[in-house]
Amino acid sequence: MYVIVVGGGKVGYYLTKELLAAGHEIVLLEKDPRRARQIADEVGSIVLARDGCEGKHLAEAGANRAAIVAAVTGDDEDNLVVCQMAKHHFDVPRTIARVNNPKNEELFRHLGVDDIISPTRMILAAIEQEIPVHELLHLARLEGGELEVLEAQIGEGSPAIGRQPADITLPDGCTLFVLIRDELAQPILPETVFKIGDKVIAITRTECAVDLHRELIGATPVLRVSG
Amino acid sequence: MRAMIVGCGRVGAGIAERLARAGHDVTVIDLQTEAFSRLEADFSGTAIRGDGTDEDVLRRAGAEGVDLFYALTEGDNRNILAAQLAAETLHIASVVAKINDPVRAEAYTALGIATICRTRMLVDALAVHAGLPAQPDSQGVSDATGHDHGTAHEGATMTATKA
Repeated sequence: MYVIVVGGGKVGYYLTKELLAAGHEIVLLEKDPRRARQIADEVGSIVLARDGCEGKHLAEAGANRAAIVAAVTGDDEDNLVVCQMAKHHFDVPRTIARVNNPKNEELFRHLGVDDIISPTRMILAAIEQEIPVHELLHLARLEGGELEVLEAQIGEGSPAIGRQPADITLPDGCTLFVLIRDELAQPILPETVFKIGDKVIAITRTECAVDLHRELIGATPVLRVSG
Repeated sequence: MRAMIVGCGRVGAGIAERLARAGHDVTVIDLQTEAFSRLEADFSGTAIRGDGTDEDVLRRAGAEGVDLFYALTEGDNRNILAAQLAAETLHIASVVAKINDPVRAEAYTALGIATICRTRMLVDALAVHAGLPAQPDSQGVSDATGHDHGTAHEGATMTATKA
């Protein structure tokens, strides 16, 4: 597969090496000539000292036949421009942007970037999973971000305690999926009665997360830490 | 009228002053406090230090509901990001991005962003001075010409879109 990587920082450097090792055809665009030379000394002539934000440089790199363009510089704005140029001028089927500000994820997706990798959100998710807060935990996003897989821990004060699924009002597009009780996953059945300590995995449309919070955790929904 | 200007360089400070003097409510954002020294001492608008490509910063600065949004930093890509945030996320009707690379300016005009390109304007002015014919579309703010692929901007929230 032909992949163009834009940005020769730490991420771009290791990404290029891994992709090469996996046998893919790669070109790396790094605008700083010194850095480009440094990487080229190690991986060979697949490094172009060019700014991937410019259409002519993407053309030079063969963007019109690339299966993937991955923009992994440290600057969100550059990654956005690379992906938009790749998408709209070279019809690249799949564009991937590294996003540092989690707030930019939605905008980038809306503007047509296919995959968004947010190291900030990933680390945030790892931290959230370590701290048992009375919050919805965001486990994954599906369908281009419209659906989310969430975990709610039923704690003291939860209105769900002692209730069955049928007693819990949830909007359309929000489904309780699986129950984790005593570290065992089990299906949520009509006769299931929720109790303290249960963890409920739900799949919901992003905008229904507030309702889910109210029904399973209770109190005023705390605003999400991340966008 | 309320205007927000991102980037307090010569151009940003210049238009901020002109708008403020004309009695409009102007907010200027720049990463560097020193940039605000370009504003005249009796500037009647608001100057805020912050990253104008950050949605939170823009909202806190009161970007929602402004009538005009000009992205005028020194970085083309920063202006592109700020302008798209303003149009798509904050739904500001009138947004202009300064994009000095003519190729990129043309590309984003086609994508639905009104742009102003210093390079194009200067080259055209000099060409005219040299006696060459003027390029009809190369002066001032280019209206967005529309959507070239129809994949992005489907919300059609960009204004100044011609068919």
